Amino acid sequence: MIRFLWRGLVRDRARSLFPTLVVLAGVALTVVMHGYLRGTESDLVRANAAFGGGHVSVMSRAYAAEADLVPNDLALLGADSLLATLGRESPAYLWSARIRFGGLVDVPDAAGETRTQAPVAGLAVDLLDPASPEHEILAPGRALVRGRLPAARGEALLSEDLAQRLDVAPGQTVTIIGTTMYGSLTTANFRVVGTLRFGVTAVDRGAMLLDLADARAALDMAGGAGVLIGFARDGQYRQAEAAALAARFNAARAGDPDPFAPVMSTLREHAGLGQTLDLAATVSGALIALFVLVMSVVLWNAGLMASLRRYGEFGLRLAIGEEKGHLYGSLLAEALMIGLLGSVLGTGLGLLIAWLLQERGLDISPLLRSASMLISDRLRARITPASWLIGFLPGLAATFLGAAISGVGIFRRQTARLSKELET
Amino acid sequence: MTAEPLIETRDLVKTYPVGGGDLIALDRVSLRVAAGEFAGIVGPSGSGKTTFLNIVGSLDTPTRGSARVLGERVETLGHRRAAALRNRHIGFIFQTFNLLPVYTVFENVEFPLLLLGLPAAERRRRVMAALERVGLADRARSRPDQLSGGQSQRVAISRAVVKDPALVLADEPTANLDAANSHQVLHTMVRLNRELGTTFLFSTHDEKVIGYLRRRITLVDGAVAADEVVTPTHGENGEAAP
Repeated sequence: MIRFLWRGLVRDRARSLFPTLVVLAGVALTVVMHGYLRGTESDLVRANAAFGGGHVSVMSRAYAAEADLVPNDLALLGADSLLATLGRESPAYLWSARIRFGGLVDVPDAAGETRTQAPVAGLAVDLLDPASPEHEILAPGRALVRGRLPAARGEALLSEDLAQRLDVAPGQTVTIIGTTMYGSLTTANFRVVGTLRFGVTAVDRGAMLLDLADARAALDMAGGAGVLIGFARDGQYRQAEAAALAARFNAARAGDPDPFAPVMSTLREHAGLGQTLDLAATVSGALIALFVLVMSVVLWNAGLMASLRRYGEFGLRLAIGEEKGHLYGSLLAEALMIGLLGSVLGTGLGLLIAWLLQERGLDISPLLRSASMLISDRLRARITPASWLIGFLPGLAATFLGAAISGVGIFRRQTARLSKELET
Repeated sequence: MTAEPLIETRDLVKTYPVGGGDLIALDRVSLRVAAGEFAGIVGPSGSGKTTFLNIVGSLDTPTRGSARVLGERVETLGHRRAAALRNRHIGFIFQTFNLLPVYTVFENVEFPLLLLGLPAAERRRRVMAALERVGLADRARSRPDQLSGGQSQRVAISRAVVKDPALVLADEPTANLDAANSHQVLHTMVRLNRELGTTFLFSTHDEKVIGYLRRRITLVDGAVAADEVVTPTHGENGEAAP
């Protein structure tokens, strides 16, 4: 019987091709959409972890309260010993001290006079130690466009975009004009040895990367750090694990009244990232629900149209002795075949597009010119185990549901009227 | 009577609610049809022919009275048992052929056997035998839209007899055929009746069909006006159709 139904489906394109294409398109769209949302979410998490506050971050309570303002006057002191403690207590995480700072970069001409200036978003990490976790977390080596990484004190990196804007090439010396931890003006010269492009517009627009020791010296922050970041060694952010770690850390210092006592927070708590991720999850769920609803209605409609077209066939089958339940079952079996075919093809197509988006990405940097959000300027999808089922199951369910609803009319058909109906 | 009749109705009444009252479609119809008969219910439109065929074919139930078909009381059959009775023992032929357009001739005839759950080899044997009986074995792979009206109705006859039913109900089987095709189709049915012993019961007001009947039951306003054994004017000896 299944072969019989299959032959009918294959030959009658109106009841196979159109529904299959609807399912295929819907499923493929869902898979791509899901992959895109997961990719965006993953990018957000990765960029915020790498360039923001890691998977967990430790700041002074005072600094944490105004972290958006980068208040280095409220930074942690004695950061190195706390860093060592964290490394011992939580070895599953890479720990690193960072200083963020703002200032002006001044580029001199041949006579030593200011040729040009620009505001700069500075980040200082341990660059000189080959064992520094930042080689893994920030990975400046992979972002290098020109030159090399700093190998000695007094060397710095500029973002490629900023370097081009300022017409600075590796080898040139620039001056940073900023404020120390104690609020006084400071200037320091650095030799630019390389340029970087991380692929995150908000960072690439005007970043300068220094070694931590140089920044401490320039900003008068001996032993200090704005933030200590913890980054899971496998690179995967796990909210529950991070929250447990932060809760333990904070509980141990709950009784300390010092406003400069360290406090730990998770990635989700940074810059409203939690709300963004929740929003992404909600939008993702809503889109999939909407897809199932729309596709069910379309397929229900297609089923009704097919039922009208096949009114005579159903009547004949009932007249010659097919049970209503059997006829209804055969409709559902047809829907299952269409749903399976459409869902398999749709999942395949969706995965292919998502894979291309994952591997090659889509350049969206023109859309991010003034963005402050830490997100990659190359839109990449991410295929997860859920990608295989996220479109497949709704595709199958919608087809089945559409056929199940449209086929109910079979049970309302009165056999007593079949002779009359079959005359037309 | 020694053998139990294939069909036996007693005081069969069928009414339909119309407006504030009831329209009487069948009015105390009592009939017996024995196995092997080639009989027809004749009468003008609205006389109750199709209603009678519907009840005998277990597509409908009587308002009052009883209808026993192949030992089953139609008025007490549920949907499932009625479907099973039609599936196993009753073949239907309709005036518009009602072949499934996406299937081949072979598959159309095969369909009732699929419902019976017969194995593929048995189905193939029976389908080819049924098509040979109507002279269409060579058109087994054709689609319905490649057939003439007469050929389509012969395929429908094959579909009706392929499961070796005890009873074939034919509702105006020649209504959509020209004279030549009508005679060819009727000739085929006469031959099948003779060769297989299948009982044929027609509903018709077509004179060509009436000419082939061996028993003519006339309904007028839902009641039996005449029930007579007649000598067919066509096809009795299986001669070629005129």
